[in-house]
Amino acid sequence: MLLGPPARVLRDVRWYLREISGTAAYERFCRSHEERHPGTPAPSRRAYERQRTRHREENPQSRCC
Amino acid sequence: MSTNGVRSARPTPKSVLIWTCVALVGAVAWGVVALTRGEEISAIWLVTAALCSYAIAYRFYSRFIARRVLELDDRRATAAERLEDGVDFQPTDRRVVFGHHFAAIAGAGPLVGPVMAAQMGYLPGTLWIVVGVVFAGAVQDMVVLFISMRRNGKSLGQMARDEIGTVGGTAALIAVLAIMIILLAVLALVVVNALAQSPWGTFSVAMTIPIALFMGFYLRYLRPGRVVETSFIGVALLLLAIVSGGWVENSSLADAFTWSPTTLVFCLVGYGFVASVLPVWMLLAPRDYLSTFMKIGTIALLAIGVVVSAPSLKNDAVSPFAESGTGPVFAGSLFPFLFITIACGALSGFHALVSSGTTPKLVQKESQVRLIGYGAMLMESFVAVMALIAASVLDPGLYFAMNAPSGLLGTTVDSASQAVAGLGFTISPDDLAAAAKSVEETSLISRTGGAPTLAFGMSDIFSGVFGGDGMRAFWYHFAIMFEALFILTTVDAGTRVGRFMLQDMLGNVWKPIGRVTWKPGIWITSAIIVGLWGYFLYVGATDPLGGINQLFPLFGIANQLLAAIALTVATTLLIKAGKLRWAWVTGIPLAWDVAVTFVAGWQKIFHDNPKIGFFAQRERYADALDAGKVLPPAKSLDDMETVVLNSTVDGIIMIVFLVLVAVVIVHAAVVCVRAVRSAQPLPTTEAPFVESKILISGERSEELVGAAAGDSSSGPKGHRR
Repeated sequence: MLLGPPARVLRDVRWYLREISGTAAYERFCRSHEERHPGTPAPSRRAYERQRTRHREENPQSRCC
Repeated sequence: MSTNGVRSARPTPKSVLIWTCVALVGAVAWGVVALTRGEEISAIWLVTAALCSYAIAYRFYSRFIARRVLELDDRRATAAERLEDGVDFQPTDRRVVFGHHFAAIAGAGPLVGPVMAAQMGYLPGTLWIVVGVVFAGAVQDMVVLFISMRRNGKSLGQMARDEIGTVGGTAALIAVLAIMIILLAVLALVVVNALAQSPWGTFSVAMTIPIALFMGFYLRYLRPGRVVETSFIGVALLLLAIVSGGWVENSSLADAFTWSPTTLVFCLVGYGFVASVLPVWMLLAPRDYLSTFMKIGTIALLAIGVVVSAPSLKNDAVSPFAESGTGPVFAGSLFPFLFITIACGALSGFHALVSSGTTPKLVQKESQVRLIGYGAMLMESFVAVMALIAASVLDPGLYFAMNAPSGLLGTTVDSASQAVAGLGFTISPDDLAAAAKSVEETSLISRTGGAPTLAFGMSDIFSGVFGGDGMRAFWYHFAIMFEALFILTTVDAGTRVGRFMLQDMLGNVWKPIGRVTWKPGIWITSAIIVGLWGYFLYVGATDPLGGINQLFPLFGIANQLLAAIALTVATTLLIKAGKLRWAWVTGIPLAWDVAVTFVAGWQKIFHDNPKIGFFAQRERYADALDAGKVLPPAKSLDDMETVVLNSTVDGIIMIVFLVLVAVVIVHAAVVCVRAVRSAQPLPTTEAPFVESKILISGERSEELVGAAAGDSSSGPKGHRR
């Protein structure tokens, strides 16, 4: 890897924030969509995020104290 | 590497040396914490003692549980791998799951309980937080995560029904719902007590609603899915809201945001209802993002603050109230009441709901339940230790002036100063007024609930590191805001979860109400849940005896009783799996937890001291009422009637909780005896073995975390092959 340590830390932090917040979820979805249905276009990000929100609506998650 | 992916190499001399050092440093730190009397010690000793204990526990005890007790097997495909659907089930990097799990388990609880427990000194609280988490709390979280993961992410209630039968399972379900109601009420009460008569706090917390709405619309219509960017905007707006709270307080708007506790109760109840019926994208989801980012940021800040400023602890190691049990913050002796006052941070039953919720559906490799279950709970415990430190850097005189009930302290600095002197501590009226002025609050007298005390301690620590005295008021309101943010997130998520559970239960009786898409059904069930916690919140906010010291024991006992249910299910499953010889791993914490909660519950019901026993309290006030007398701190006959009603309700709730949990435990015991006597092992409810195809590259095996002290490999390296 050609990156210096500060750049690497920054990249890792960015990766972590994107993963934990779910920002990266759409890209992962597109990759797996391509694997499962090659050639067909994946739903738009807007549609995907709506789908995800609907799912969250129906599956509430406990938050502890 | 051995076949199941767990290395069992001999320890290298380097690792032996490192662990010997950790053990020695920890032992010295504990020695200083435990044996110093009569002089102030630095908080660093507490931090060191806790961290060394966590390191050793993680390295040795959690590894023992992983290998011998649970027999984690990385060759076995996890539920996330087998059932991957990209929605619920999704093998996820362990550090990401750790983050999600930690964000879901940690909130205001570990910040509030230790603050109250500081009335007995810092030593008993610290010991319980560390020992409790190592042998009970973290074990519960890890084992529940494991058993749920092996059962495709089943919920605790479902597992209770499957493993210990319908009656025990139903009792568990009702107990979970009832316990949740009390939890939400007490958490909301903490917010009410922190915001009452504080225009700065009220304004900045109220601003979180438009900020969350803005984020919600931004995420839905402008930039779908760009959560990081939206959260940064949100956090910036939030900081602006805190700063502008200070402007509001010094402006003519101040009166408009000076609310009484009763007004705040109605606002919170209204908010709770609206938030739980609105679509999640509007309020809940963005608030959740904000609260997660603030949580991680603030906790990191607090850790840096404690280490850099190294404040000394003004609290006693063991205060006189530890023995006498007559402290004003919560009544009762050290055993059992200290152990229910600190629930979150040491042992929290609520975590079992998270560990059997979303988390088990994300775990990529079995061995990772060690980091996620055990590790995340250690981190929460560390938060609790820091909260205890924040409360212990306060002068005890100020601590009691903030935390004793208002009936005792009166409303003026003079009366409060006298009352504190009566408790055996000193604070002059001038000092008390100056303390309030330093954080720009009108008064700090009887600001119970833990949040204001913690905020004051945090402002003390932070202002020593960042910004000096001029920033005190900002840091105080920063801390108030972030606690309120956690709690409001818990309140609307909790109301939603409660509503779903109620819909599920009522759906068995009347079909339409169980349908999650039928709007009137949603409104009715939401209103019931909000009404229930709203009732207790109102009672707490108006209780003449001080709501927190009446309700907090119920909250603690409720949370620990939930832990009893979780540990019962875990122990039953170990025994059913033929691991009787390891059943002590969850059995001993269970026995301890049952002893604590049932003794505490028993005393709350039957104790003849009216400060402890609900029914003794009821009798005392009912007798006086019959004689037409008014007993202080009640001020009128109406107050007297309120006390009689409240203590009756609290007492009955206590009985219901204990009976429900006793039913679960007895049923489980029967199942265990049957399992032990049975000639063949009972049929397992685990999903069958499927070979895993996931390879993790670039990461050392979990079991090497300890040995690899110098290994700091991080970054996105887990791949699917």
